[in-house]
Amino acid sequence: MRAAVRISLASATAVALATVATGCTEKSDAKSGDDHLIEVTATDDQCDVSKKEFPAGHIELAIENKGSKVTEVYVLYPDDRIVTERENIGPGTKQKVTATVKAGSYQIACKPGMKGKGIRQQVKATGGGKTVKRDPKLDAAVAAYRTYVQQQADETLPLAEEFAKAVKDGDLEAAKKAYAPSRIGWERTEPVAESFGDIDPKVDVREDGLEEGQDLEKDWTGWHRLERSLWKDKKITDRDKKLANLLIKDLEDWQNRVGKAEIDPTSMANGAKELLDEVATGKVTGEEERYSHTDLVDFKANVEGAQKSYELLKPVASKNDPALTKELDKQFKALNDLLDKYREDKSSYEFTSYEKVGKAEQKELSDGVNALAEPLSKLAAAVVVK
Amino acid sequence: MSEETRPPATADEAAATEATGTTAATGDVSANAAAPSRRSLLALGGAGLALGAAAAGGTALALGGKDDDIAPVAESGAAVPFRGAHQAGIATAVQDRLHFASFDVTATGEGARAELIALLKEWTKAAELMTQGHPVGEGAYGGLAEAPPDDTGEALGLKPARLTLTIGFGPSLFDERFGLKGKRPKALVDLPKFPGDNLDPARSGGDLCVQACADDPQVAVHAIRNLARIGFGTVAMRWSQLGFGKTSSTTPDAQTPRNMMGFKDGTRNVAGTDTKNLGKHVWVSEKDGPDWMVGGSYLVARRIRMNIETWDRTSLKEQEDIFGRSKGEGAPVGKKRERDEPNLKAMKPEAHVRLAHPDNNGGALMLRRGYSFTDGTDGLGRLDAGLFFLAYQRDVRDAFIPVQRQLAGKDVLNEYIQHVGSAVFAVPPGVHGDNSWWGSALFGEK
Repeated sequence: MRAAVRISLASATAVALATVATGCTEKSDAKSGDDHLIEVTATDDQCDVSKKEFPAGHIELAIENKGSKVTEVYVLYPDDRIVTERENIGPGTKQKVTATVKAGSYQIACKPGMKGKGIRQQVKATGGGKTVKRDPKLDAAVAAYRTYVQQQADETLPLAEEFAKAVKDGDLEAAKKAYAPSRIGWERTEPVAESFGDIDPKVDVREDGLEEGQDLEKDWTGWHRLERSLWKDKKITDRDKKLANLLIKDLEDWQNRVGKAEIDPTSMANGAKELLDEVATGKVTGEEERYSHTDLVDFKANVEGAQKSYELLKPVASKNDPALTKELDKQFKALNDLLDKYREDKSSYEFTSYEKVGKAEQKELSDGVNALAEPLSKLAAAVVVK
Repeated sequence: MSEETRPPATADEAAATEATGTTAATGDVSANAAAPSRRSLLALGGAGLALGAAAAGGTALALGGKDDDIAPVAESGAAVPFRGAHQAGIATAVQDRLHFASFDVTATGEGARAELIALLKEWTKAAELMTQGHPVGEGAYGGLAEAPPDDTGEALGLKPARLTLTIGFGPSLFDERFGLKGKRPKALVDLPKFPGDNLDPARSGGDLCVQACADDPQVAVHAIRNLARIGFGTVAMRWSQLGFGKTSSTTPDAQTPRNMMGFKDGTRNVAGTDTKNLGKHVWVSEKDGPDWMVGGSYLVARRIRMNIETWDRTSLKEQEDIFGRSKGEGAPVGKKRERDEPNLKAMKPEAHVRLAHPDNNGGALMLRRGYSFTDGTDGLGRLDAGLFFLAYQRDVRDAFIPVQRQLAGKDVLNEYIQHVGSAVFAVPPGVHGDNSWWGSALFGEK
């Protein structure tokens, strides 16, 4: 009895995990030897799968770690989005993961040491309805962008920790210095972060973004709350120190989730445009960084993030609409050149304080954003899978 | 009916067209048209079927109405021809509303001239479509779902509203940037500084201007908005002005509209039908030069702020003395009706009408089509209102400049007004012939 109870608990856990990953609610009924079961044998340098083709629908991965390192196993879409995953599979242990997959190509990856891109196997789910038409070039673009987004999150954490530490040390000047750099990775990839819905309001909301009934002192969290303390109040309170910890916690949440973001070529293209929209509505007006006046740092980061999306999509877009990519190349260069006027060293993110940027210069920046954002709004149409 | 607009032969074909979405709208510019004529509606029947669910509602509505409801019966809804020897929007009977926009060319470097030319061609195409009541490009709907529509869409379902779009080239365009230095007309002078001017650079000048006049403000704004959008990257809007309540008449049989001071002004304006005076005072002739301006005109735009509150506290007698006209009828001093010949000597020496009259200015006449404006309040609770003065003339040097010198120096009205914005433009002749576009003669291209 005891053993039976334990088994059913284990499979319940597996189902629950699969539900989180894929939204699937089907019961696990795969048996050994059946079409839906894929045995995955992981070692420190191999990732063997018992079959590379299986019917679409419900699948079960029976994983055994025969290596010496803790590993994790992923099922990935061609664009690297995670279908399902299982972490912390210790040496000599077995785990089961279930998922529901549509027909199409996938990869199974084992990550010994739980690091890197992993050892990968191409697999295929067959039958079960139409295969989604995919362009491998676009899948590659999405996969590369996903890597970029993850990298930005990974690189942001230490910078944010440096900022948080300065706040916790009560070091006003050090905190001011670390503030803008801690935001760059976030600003480069904001549309992806925003797609989760709950993280953005915790870390990047501005004073006027609070909802009715929310208390400025109690409910306002994130970078801009700290920005106000540092520049306007010019002091660091005990609450600010707690907020610094909370910021790190929320950013870790972001770092853990970016890999699962829904990204496709259209959302990449429109995300690039959205980054420019961010510039047009928040940065050009100086609203975003109203206390620190570091708007141009965010501005640059937004443009860089948009440019990354664009460069990745360009191989496809330039074939479908060469005039558009020519125009975009030109306008990206023009806007970057314009931004360079506001920093002495092109490798540094020390930009002129936006307070010192005159009305005529602001208009010039605004015109530059319009000149880029308008053709950028046509990028999605140039990469859409027809 | 063109090949593109024929109805799909089979249900499958209709479905196929629907799936691709854009094809149906591409061939038929009337698909998203604001005011389809009866004939274009017949064509729309075919396109409408293929346009799919989104469009079907609008099409059904249009088809379901009676012909009388759809046809642009009112004169105010009709389309003004875009092509002609002169640009529309000058001699055209003044419409009710204005959106005037001034642009700077932002394109720089070697390719700037080519970019500007490409834009002017694209603008011409879009302008012709919009003045005829059609949306620009592939329309406001029915295209790719992932892309923003070509047309912004707020004029859908509206009549052409006599929309005219008139382009002008400012003095600053004729520098070294576009190789136009030698092409600047002598008559396109920089206006001198007049006494009392308080010009805001952010509301003055510009490389290009587009005057949009229509009987419906939404139609005028839509046109400028779409042109600005098409222009991003090549031009940037420098300033713009909305106007209402036309203050001039170019139709001699209509009474002169009133300005914000409650007075009729500009009764002696050149009528749009007065060929003789148009030729003498408005259109540039072969003798004037340069060749590319023949059939064109010169436009002076002035934003004239009125001190509305102090004016409203001025006695009726003083108001009438200042203008030299009665407030009720608009009759000149001592006369009965608006159009009675004024006796200038009966007016105070500094009366506005007396100073501005052609008899006091060597016979100078201009074609005025100014509009009132109210841009909210000025932060001190005063109406930011006045007259957006627009005047077309054959040569600025012997029309606006001498008249304004006279007025700026002496006019008692100056106590109640201030010129806060100023611009001058060379308005080229009309677009005619297949290979002509806005500025084609200036750029020496066909």
